[in-house]
Amino acid sequence: MPIKLKEICNQEDKIASGHRACHGCPETIIVRQVLHTITAMGKPVIAACPTGCLEVCTSPYPQTAWRVPWIHNAFENASSTLAAAWSTYKHFVKLGKMEDRDIKFVIFGGDGATYDIGLQFISGVIERGQHILYVCLNNEAYMNTGIQRSGATPLGAWTTTTPVGKVLPGKTEHRKDIVGMFVANGIPYAAQAAPHAWRDLMTKVQKAVSIEGPSYIDVIAPCPRGWRFPMDQTIYMSRLAVDTCMWPLYEVENGKYRITTRPLEKKPVIEYLKAQGRFGHLLLPENKHIADELQRKVDQDWEELQRRAK
Amino acid sequence: MTEVMVRKAEVKALEGDKAVTEAMRQINPDIVAAYPVTPQTEIVMEFSQFVAEGLVDTEFIPVESEFAAMSSCVGASCAGARAMSATCGPGLELMWENLWVASGLRCPIVMAVVNRSHAAPLNILTDQTDMMGSRDTGWVQIYAENHQEVYDNFIQAVRIAEHPDILLPIMSGHAGFVLGHTLGRVEVLPDEVVRNFVGEYKPLYSLLDIDHPKTFGAYDHWDYFFEHRRQVFEAINNALRVIPEIGQEYGKISGRYYGLVEPYRLDDADVVIMIIGSGAGACREAVDEMREKGTKAGMLKVRCFRPFPAEEVVKALKDKKAVAVMDRCACFGAEGSPLFTETCAAFFNRGLRMKLIDYFYGLGGRDTVPSEFCDIFRELSQIAETGEIKPPLVRYLAVRE
Repeated sequence: MPIKLKEICNQEDKIASGHRACHGCPETIIVRQVLHTITAMGKPVIAACPTGCLEVCTSPYPQTAWRVPWIHNAFENASSTLAAAWSTYKHFVKLGKMEDRDIKFVIFGGDGATYDIGLQFISGVIERGQHILYVCLNNEAYMNTGIQRSGATPLGAWTTTTPVGKVLPGKTEHRKDIVGMFVANGIPYAAQAAPHAWRDLMTKVQKAVSIEGPSYIDVIAPCPRGWRFPMDQTIYMSRLAVDTCMWPLYEVENGKYRITTRPLEKKPVIEYLKAQGRFGHLLLPENKHIADELQRKVDQDWEELQRRAK
Repeated sequence: MTEVMVRKAEVKALEGDKAVTEAMRQINPDIVAAYPVTPQTEIVMEFSQFVAEGLVDTEFIPVESEFAAMSSCVGASCAGARAMSATCGPGLELMWENLWVASGLRCPIVMAVVNRSHAAPLNILTDQTDMMGSRDTGWVQIYAENHQEVYDNFIQAVRIAEHPDILLPIMSGHAGFVLGHTLGRVEVLPDEVVRNFVGEYKPLYSLLDIDHPKTFGAYDHWDYFFEHRRQVFEAINNALRVIPEIGQEYGKISGRYYGLVEPYRLDDADVVIMIIGSGAGACREAVDEMREKGTKAGMLKVRCFRPFPAEEVVKALKDKKAVAVMDRCACFGAEGSPLFTETCAAFFNRGLRMKLIDYFYGLGGRDTVPSEFCDIFRELSQIAETGEIKPPLVRYLAVRE
């Protein structure tokens, strides 16, 4: 059933305002989109965060922004931690110690915690079929520690560990295809989403928590600080990522690919690069080959995605 | 009442690892998350079989690493589960970061540690480097000498960890192979006696309480972190009082009473060996042998290393003429072994001077036999006579130099 904006407007926010996220940060926007969806479905939520921006800015003791039960354990293991809470819930329901209220277990983790240090733990949870939704708030670098590269950082991007120097032009590798990895892992539902496409995102959340078993949604989270763009352009940057096919919106349900929102007009990648300081050096003539390579890879991936989605 | 219960106990020949699983089966925990690692593997294997046969209600989480095992235990414990794990050596090392989270979030997790050395060089045999290496992580640590104690300690561990004045995780250690893979006599209590003894775990707060949402694992800055740490200092020290109380209560259902330390022929002893774990067995024999030869030898077995029972150690040893402290762990670059330096500090802090020597022994599964303990007693007698300790103060027993 589609979620009505009117309904959401009347719902209490499960993440309170007054948290300490930066101006222009998309993370709490995405969290609200996810939590509003599940709340509108009439389901209770238990949430977890690995160490990261969101964790730090929503839980400075003695304050908390979370109006749902929430846990933080460490950087790499939010998935095992919350999955074990789900196992406990299942166990208590089985023993009759708890009423089955169809609680949804949701993790919000950054790309560092997801693509890199936490990958093994997520993979374990998927393989064991523990019933959690993992939402990756993908700002394509370790922003909490000060903009270091991650496995999600795109080719050519400047970060503090892929700096631009006389010899090196930013990151020299493409990012991981983590959705592809999880699909190969046998995950029942995986998707890419973006905060500007809020209806698309919320529909995906609805699907993800309705299926039996683990699910994964990778949400692009443009970071004004790390990507070097003005903080009023977060949502625009999200739209541009989708319109250039740098971040296609699609889902994979039981192995079946579907493109959920197509750009009206596929824009050249260079528009995306021009808009962000982290790619500024790619506009120089000596780095044109990197910009070209990004475009080539985007085109190839888009072709491949369309082929799979047929 | 007590006698009836003791008589009802069933005598079984069990491997040390199976003494753990037998206790686990009887406790019937909510969650067990564990990963196989030699020589702990028997525990995870046999417990999986119990789950497969429906002998326990436990939800078993067959994780992909020890780090995930501890992470799962933390998540389950915060969700109100009685959570357990088992590991050893390298597995415990891999858990390291999350050991601190478990104690910091006050999760009363119970974990069997089948003591194994750390690599490199690779070695799968027993020493206590694993638990000694994690001695300051806020976990209570108790060690077993024999198969019966493996079983008894594990049951008591539940009550110790979950005690409202403690609420900290606990490691129950026993020697890999030496106890873990050998058969020993174990009096197994009836299931209902064990279940009554451990009771039901009632968490103060639960992550699953959706009607009263709580934030677990909040971020602490300089303004609160120290206070939260201070509470752990307080809680673990409470175990010095609670462990003997629970040991007495356990005695009432089993006939076996437990404290923080256990003396053997100590009252009138002049020369004493202080030791932790399975090595106490051979040391006992050496005490008897030396007694037959007229030496007033004795032993002090340390059952609980964290918190360190300084008061009990000083009380037991302060009148002795010479003491050898045995430590089966690798601890590089310190003034001596962990047990030695703690013991020295205990005496120093009470204004007492003692004749203490330190022995590292048995690393990587090297066997230590009674005759070697007898040699140490002879050496101690000499120290007692002359009042002189010939250097070095810290020695390495039975090692090729």
